[in-house]
Amino acid sequence: MRRVTVLMPGVVVFAVAFGAAASAKGLSLLEALLMSGLVYAGVAQLVAMEVWRPEWSWGAIAGLAVLTATVNSRMVLQGASLQHWFGAYPKRLNALQLFFFTDANWMIGTRYHAEGGRDLGVLIGAGVLLWLVWVAATIPGYLLGALVADPRTYGIDLVMPIFFAAMIVPLWRGRRAAIPWVVAGLTALVTTKLVEGYAFILVGSLTGAMLGAFLDDPA
Amino acid sequence: MTLPELGAWGPYIAILAMALATYACRISGVVLMGFIPLTPRVRRGLAALPGSIVFATVIPLIERLGLAAALALLAAIGSMVLRRSELLALIVGMSVVSAARALGL
Repeated sequence: MRRVTVLMPGVVVFAVAFGAAASAKGLSLLEALLMSGLVYAGVAQLVAMEVWRPEWSWGAIAGLAVLTATVNSRMVLQGASLQHWFGAYPKRLNALQLFFFTDANWMIGTRYHAEGGRDLGVLIGAGVLLWLVWVAATIPGYLLGALVADPRTYGIDLVMPIFFAAMIVPLWRGRRAAIPWVVAGLTALVTTKLVEGYAFILVGSLTGAMLGAFLDDPA
Repeated sequence: MTLPELGAWGPYIAILAMALATYACRISGVVLMGFIPLTPRVRRGLAALPGSIVFATVIPLIERLGLAAALALLAAIGSMVLRRSELLALIVGMSVVSAARALGL
């Protein structure tokens, strides 16, 4: 429970920011709630608000789906990094629990697993609880929309990066283990200069993992 | 064959498309790794993955968001080293970025 409560304020702030952006873009409250409930991916939802439009064509929807997939491509890797844990459980259970799998969940799960925890219930409980909070907090955000005119002023665009950066501390295993991470970061930085969009996360992370695979364990 | 007109259903189909794309991302990594044998090398690669994802996400964002963001993240990491509380790190980080942006950094 404590693992979830520390992340809760960040999730609330993020959901309020999404609700505010959704009302500014002219979504109905129902549409905003459906998106929070079904998509349940904060960054992708905020990016979608950037390209949201009043009239939709099939082409625009396909474009939105591709954009969503690229923003969320990190989930492919996050899922892969926890597969050795999930693999022991039935496929149906995984299919269900992965619906609730997010950044916050991945952080909780990664840390819990690193500390020796193996109970999938922790992850499922966290995911469902965060989902409820996420959907519920979309409502006040939507209603307060006008008040949070510029979320940047309060640093809401930094909620996710702050949690990610804070994760480095519990993940830390010495300088040697951090070499692939730094290379991953630098590769991602170069990739943003060359390729538009969110491919940088995928390219950088995979480079780091490959390097990690070929660096020998410290003797 | 032509696709039917979207009309008022447009936004709902757009949301559904996003939901499907997101769910596909959520399951594909786990499904994919189910087919890859866990050799020591793969294991080492996976061990390096979480930190790599963090760095690959955060470093380009710092570059994009500027000095205020860099200061905020450093402050958040510092607070984590001292107190190990994600909540405190969030408060520290957001306070720093709000202050830095108010000062025009």
